[in-house]
Amino acid sequence: MLAQQLVNGVLLGATYALFALGFTLMFGVLKVINLTYGFYFSAGALVALWLVRSRGLGIWTALPLAAVAAGLIAVAVDWLLLTRLRTRQRAGAGVADGHAGRGAGAVFRADRLARVGHPPPAARVINGDALQLGPVRVTEAQLLILAAVGVLIAALVWLLRGTKLGLAIRAMADRPDAAELMGIDTARAAAIVSFLSGCLAGAGGVLIGLQRNAIHPYMGEEMMLRGFVVIIVGGLGDIRGAVVAGLLLGLVEVLTAGYLGSSLKEAVAFLLLVAVLWTQPSGLFGRAVPAG
Amino acid sequence: MTMPPWLDDLLWTYGNLVHALGVNGLLALSMYVVLAVGQLSLGQAAFMGLGAYSSALMTIVLGWPFWAVLPLSVVAPVLFALVIGVPTLRLSGVYLAIATIGLGEVLRAVYLNVDLFGGALGLSGIPERAGDTLIYGLLFAALAALWLVGRSGIGRAMEAMREDETAAAVMGVNLLRYKMGALLASAALAGLAGCLNAHVSSFIGPNEYGFEPAVTILSFALLGGIGTPLGPVLGAFVLTLLPELLRDLSDLRLVLNGVIIVVAVLFLPGGLLPWRLRRRAA
Repeated sequence: MLAQQLVNGVLLGATYALFALGFTLMFGVLKVINLTYGFYFSAGALVALWLVRSRGLGIWTALPLAAVAAGLIAVAVDWLLLTRLRTRQRAGAGVADGHAGRGAGAVFRADRLARVGHPPPAARVINGDALQLGPVRVTEAQLLILAAVGVLIAALVWLLRGTKLGLAIRAMADRPDAAELMGIDTARAAAIVSFLSGCLAGAGGVLIGLQRNAIHPYMGEEMMLRGFVVIIVGGLGDIRGAVVAGLLLGLVEVLTAGYLGSSLKEAVAFLLLVAVLWTQPSGLFGRAVPAG
Repeated sequence: MTMPPWLDDLLWTYGNLVHALGVNGLLALSMYVVLAVGQLSLGQAAFMGLGAYSSALMTIVLGWPFWAVLPLSVVAPVLFALVIGVPTLRLSGVYLAIATIGLGEVLRAVYLNVDLFGGALGLSGIPERAGDTLIYGLLFAALAALWLVGRSGIGRAMEAMREDETAAAVMGVNLLRYKMGALLASAALAGLAGCLNAHVSSFIGPNEYGFEPAVTILSFALLGGIGTPLGPVLGAFVLTLLPELLRDLSDLRLVLNGVIIVVAVLFLPGGLLPWRLRRRAA
């Protein structure tokens, strides 16, 4: 029983980590509270569903296409709204957070524009067959997510740590103005970061849709609270933190649901957030961004 | 108090709208207080919900009189604001924004799942204890108080830290104290608005205080501008009346509302009332 719950917790946590990867990347580099992230997630899943259903593609062809589509949507939103707000924010100096909020409000509304057009199809794409491994049961889709999280993390870490582009992105996360002085095209780097996090969101949407056997336009919104908890607990912009915090949150939720009752899941997730803020405000690994 | 018959007719026909305008005006002011020190809270709806639920329970379950319930309705929101504000206000503003988003969503889950709060059905049969006189009286009192504070040295410090925190701190502004004070005042105002709302509409439900209402409250202030406390109130009036005027458009209403916000943010960065409070030279 406990073994099964621990496994379930890790598998649930893997989905949270998957959701939070692109989210923490976007936060860490662009420093904007972008509430459209949940929409990119849903959009990826819906595009994949459409490709599989109406275009007859296999899911493994549809997955990367959907991820790229979500990435392009992210770049478009960034170009339309966020870039303008960011440049204004630099000119106006110091009102960063108020402007981030404006971006959030505006973008949230823009998200709602996009939302009105979708009928809510709750659709099955593949069936996850269950496997019995000793005392625990897992579905193939769950193992798939676990593998996908591993692959995506490895790819992201390689990109950020092992390439020149990654160096530019990390420089920009650290000090955008200094990065620009060193000859880094920060506008281009910001667009690439938007694209990458959109892709990660889209891929996450497809995989989590597969695991849950349900895809609908609000699936991203439902993940947002967990996404916020994960990126704060893990430390803003910290990939390793996002993974550890995702797994931690998954375990905490499953154990709470198992021993205390499932209605307390959200409250416990929030207590975890408040506890981390009080004791370790920079998150488990991250460096806190001080006021000022 | 006697009123002319046309006013009586008007209030009878549009009673709910008149209540909503006043309550939303108060919420806009609660948003203004936080934005005025350069912070972003997405928990105004949550603070309002805490005021609404706690006051409704004091009235229904404990049977306390309204003159006691109204001031006590600020207690729960202020306590939650303390728990969230103390750790987050030392950090960059992103943390407060995220923690307050979290607060709203968690409280919604708690209201939905705990029997005391009536679950998905919410609390109904709340006696109508508040009226337009009280709502608008409090709105004007809050507006006047914020106007006076804004013109004083405190307002000068708030504006300084909104424009440049580092410079304000160097000039001797105690950032943490001002931010904390603003957050607590804002939570208290939102709690009062919640209490008034609960005691004029007789019903409150868990979905009225989630994330979407929080963004709507933020958009009051964004549309109106935060140069003076009047701006957000004007924004609240416009954004409360607009959906009523556009009722026929149903779904498109949301789209149009969204377009207005996007256009306002991109092309009216100072809001509808971009002017700042005047102050005497120091």
